[in-house]
Amino acid sequence: MTTAIFVIVLTGALVAAACALLGSFLVLRRMAMLADAISHAILPGIVAGYFFAQGPNLLAGFAGAALAAAVTVAVVEALQNTRRVGGESAIGIVFPAMFALGTFFVSKYFANVHLDNDAVLYGNIEFAAFDVLIINGVNWGPQSLWVLGALCVVNLLFVVLFFKELKLATFDPGLAAALGFSPALIHYALMTMVSITAVGAFTAVGAVLVVAFMIVPAATAYLLTDDLRRMIAIAVSVGILSAAGGFVVAFIFDASVAGAMATMAGICFLLALLFSPSHGLVTRFKRLRRQRMRLAMENLVVHLLNHEHVAYEEHEAEVNHLSSELRWQTGFARRVIGLAQRAQLVQLTDGHLALTDAGRELARRAAATTVEPSSDLLAASP
Amino acid sequence: MIAQSIVEERSSTAVPRMDAAVANPVEINDLTVAYRDNPVLQDIDLTVPEGKLAAIIGPNGAGKSTLIKAVLGLVPTVAGSVRIYGKPYAQQRRLIGYVPQRNSVDWDFPTTALDVVMMGTYGRLGWIRRPGKAERDFAMHCLAQVGMDGYADRQISQLSGGQQQRVFLARALAQNAHIYFMDEPFVGVDAVTERAIVALLRELQRQGKTVICVHHDLDSAPDYFDWVALLNVRLIASGPFETTFTADNLRKTYGGTMKAAIEHFQHFEEDRRGSRIEN
Repeated sequence: MTTAIFVIVLTGALVAAACALLGSFLVLRRMAMLADAISHAILPGIVAGYFFAQGPNLLAGFAGAALAAAVTVAVVEALQNTRRVGGESAIGIVFPAMFALGTFFVSKYFANVHLDNDAVLYGNIEFAAFDVLIINGVNWGPQSLWVLGALCVVNLLFVVLFFKELKLATFDPGLAAALGFSPALIHYALMTMVSITAVGAFTAVGAVLVVAFMIVPAATAYLLTDDLRRMIAIAVSVGILSAAGGFVVAFIFDASVAGAMATMAGICFLLALLFSPSHGLVTRFKRLRRQRMRLAMENLVVHLLNHEHVAYEEHEAEVNHLSSELRWQTGFARRVIGLAQRAQLVQLTDGHLALTDAGRELARRAAATTVEPSSDLLAASP
Repeated sequence: MIAQSIVEERSSTAVPRMDAAVANPVEINDLTVAYRDNPVLQDIDLTVPEGKLAAIIGPNGAGKSTLIKAVLGLVPTVAGSVRIYGKPYAQQRRLIGYVPQRNSVDWDFPTTALDVVMMGTYGRLGWIRRPGKAERDFAMHCLAQVGMDGYADRQISQLSGGQQQRVFLARALAQNAHIYFMDEPFVGVDAVTERAIVALLRELQRQGKTVICVHHDLDSAPDYFDWVALLNVRLIASGPFETTFTADNLRKTYGGTMKAAIEHFQHFEEDRRGSRIEN
């Protein structure tokens, strides 16, 4: 039992790692949908592999899947070039057709074998431990671990060896082409890796969830860093973490393991979206509010400065009058004044506001920088 | 200064152009580019001589950017040929630096200014080989040349538009090229960047390089460049500003409807009688 658990978690972790390695580039190339299409469209390729190999054969499956993926990418591109079918629509037409073809053949010819429609959709990671690799009568342990381990190594090699090329072709395909690194070649190489990875991941987590493992951890990482290497590392970590966490959740609630793993990845994304220190919504909201308050404080001190030596200063500086003058809600005005007091920009005595020296200084500076001289521009042209 | 001397030194050792005396940097013959049955460029014959700061000028949709892309092999051509120092582009990649339009890339890409500049060295490295300390140092020198060495580790989305443009220029410098193609480098940049680009163009010319820029501003063109190609799907005229940038040619280029172009020109002609470019 414990070995089975270990095998399931490790299988999930390997799927997540293999997928996340490529996922970072898919996210940056905005190709999440194409990856999704490939993960579905490989099905007829796998079926064809089964058919020609007269049964489950991994190599035939990989070859068939890679071919199906190439066909998918090429047909999607051809459709997109007709201009009548836009980018997303082209994907939407091709992959259901391919997937439907696959399910048709599965139900027709392989309904009683290893491959059934449920396994195609959701995978069967729960049984990962029981599908062992036997060579010459020797039991080498669970097959999924070997396959996915190999995939991880291959993907890691691919990303490490061609890191420079992948980065360049993703950031600036024009320059890549001009320098002689064919972006089309790199594109197809990446798509081939995606399709092979999808085959490996497919038996474990099914066609529907493969894309979750490719895209979600990478999208999470993109929210957390501004460095491509770190992004890939974080994506892999998030993937592995989701796999482990997902298993625990599935175990507790006695639910689908693959589903729980993908859900955990989704939760990681949500957390990053909200709380990322650099790109999170909470940070952004706080920054916006800080900016608004700083601007309001500037407005306040400038306003006070403008009325400082006027006869009715006393009246101008009353809190209530101020809120109506600057069109501020009383609550907001109180908050701004509170902040300004704490920053020692203003002093409040008996309901009257007065600028401190620091406040006066800020007001002068703020008033001076509102209009930027454009003489700089004129000096540029002789 | 050190940076400049290094650039010069490197480029003088890396010039494989034995037939420079006979072949021009860029020779375009009968080039036609079409989008379906609409010609974007039609039967272009254009030769840019060595050491020129050349402007490609024409109205919107004239095919200015497409011309550069066709030379670099980035768009398919229907007919014609392009020769770089007498040879096809594919054999001469190392001699060419390219500055694409700034908005052609995603500036939210997770990378730094220095890393983008290092991309300019990838062509020399070829497949798989990674950039090392030499490439890094060289990229820093290129950043220094455009006054951006203080921003090397800045994430590129944190840069202003002008700074991003200068990073792109530094990247082209890192290509250590002999001919530079620039697609609208002056668009949407601040005054500091504009001056930096002009200074850089002059420096490149001083080093004997050839620069070909897509440019849209008729006003500044005669000050920044010394050679011009007027383009509107067909090549209207090309040559030195003095003989090419005439009212007649501009009218042909802009279809006579663009009064402003002509007014600009007259303005320019008066200026020219007074004083011409100081440098």
